[in-house]
Amino acid sequence: MSEPIKDFTTVVPHWQPRVIPVELANATDEQLEAMKVTVSNTKIGEYTLVLALDPETLQQRTPLFNGIMYGRGGLSRAETELGAVAASVVNRCIYCAAVHANRYNELTKTENVIGSIFGSIENAGGNEDENADVDTELDARTAALMDFATKLSQCPSEATKADAERLIENGLSMGEVLDLILSASLFGWANRLMHVLGDPLPQD
Amino acid sequence: MDIFETVVAKAAGLTSDSPLKGVLTLRSDILELTENSHEASLRPIQPGGLTHAERAGLACRMSKRNDEAVLTRHYETLFGVGSQAVANTGFDGGDDARLKAIIRHTDLVTTNPKEATADDITALRSAGLDDADIVRLSELIAFVSYQIRVVAGLRLMAEIA
Repeated sequence: MSEPIKDFTTVVPHWQPRVIPVELANATDEQLEAMKVTVSNTKIGEYTLVLALDPETLQQRTPLFNGIMYGRGGLSRAETELGAVAASVVNRCIYCAAVHANRYNELTKTENVIGSIFGSIENAGGNEDENADVDTELDARTAALMDFATKLSQCPSEATKADAERLIENGLSMGEVLDLILSASLFGWANRLMHVLGDPLPQD
Repeated sequence: MDIFETVVAKAAGLTSDSPLKGVLTLRSDILELTENSHEASLRPIQPGGLTHAERAGLACRMSKRNDEAVLTRHYETLFGVGSQAVANTGFDGGDDARLKAIIRHTDLVTTNPKEATADDITALRSAGLDDADIVRLSELIAFVSYQIRVVAGLRLMAEIA
């Protein structure tokens, strides 16, 4: 078996579960119902099949996830993805960071922001608690957003009133601040599933 | 559902006369689904091998690890037999190998998820948890971690509103 990927990347890894997923053929009605919400019928990912081991939470989680990440109005899709990236960097969830860094790059048609974020971690010797240099190459709004989401993702949260005010000063509306909080918090949830229940492996 | 009756709104001290009412109302679907997830994580119809009392105790413990006093008190209201011991951060499970493994895992993933490895899943299995219970425990830890941050964020919004 390949070794799990340790460094941040924008190439989406294969997610290899550490527990045995539900077998679709043996799924209960409740598990099928919980999974149905997520898929367009063809292929159900291993991640969903793992979470289907607890169908009650999956049933609620899927619409919540989609509502926060793809809901109408508020924070742009790209900046919502950035909240996910910030949390995933703090929690060192290589898989989530790759998926959402990749989406950010697709949406913005740039690579320099993610390059700066991932690069600053390498420069800090892989210690993402000390990514103080993360702001240097980011515009003021993006830096404020990343800082806030990074601090909110610590345990306990280190986000302060001044960090929140900085978001407003950099042009975020209150609705956008709420969406950023939801996105970063949601990945405090998602990272604790993806990073804990599986390994990121090279594709193929 | 009245969004101001949800656990997160109440814990953040938000009431229907809040200047944030309009902003929160636009995301009422998210607040409702958050409340539903709270029920599915803390008081599921099928709790499997993780009792409601253990879940409340663990959620309370996690709130303490996050210095989240208001949610600590909220989770205390859900306590059942045995919750108190689990919520005591000075208690590591004692002679109960299963409980000890659950508490150790909860503390690790709450405070330092990046350090979790495949060995931690093996340790839960060795202590007698089946894979469904490992996912149930993971969802509980993950949801409460989310909820704690939503509350922290909403509180900051209220401060600058």
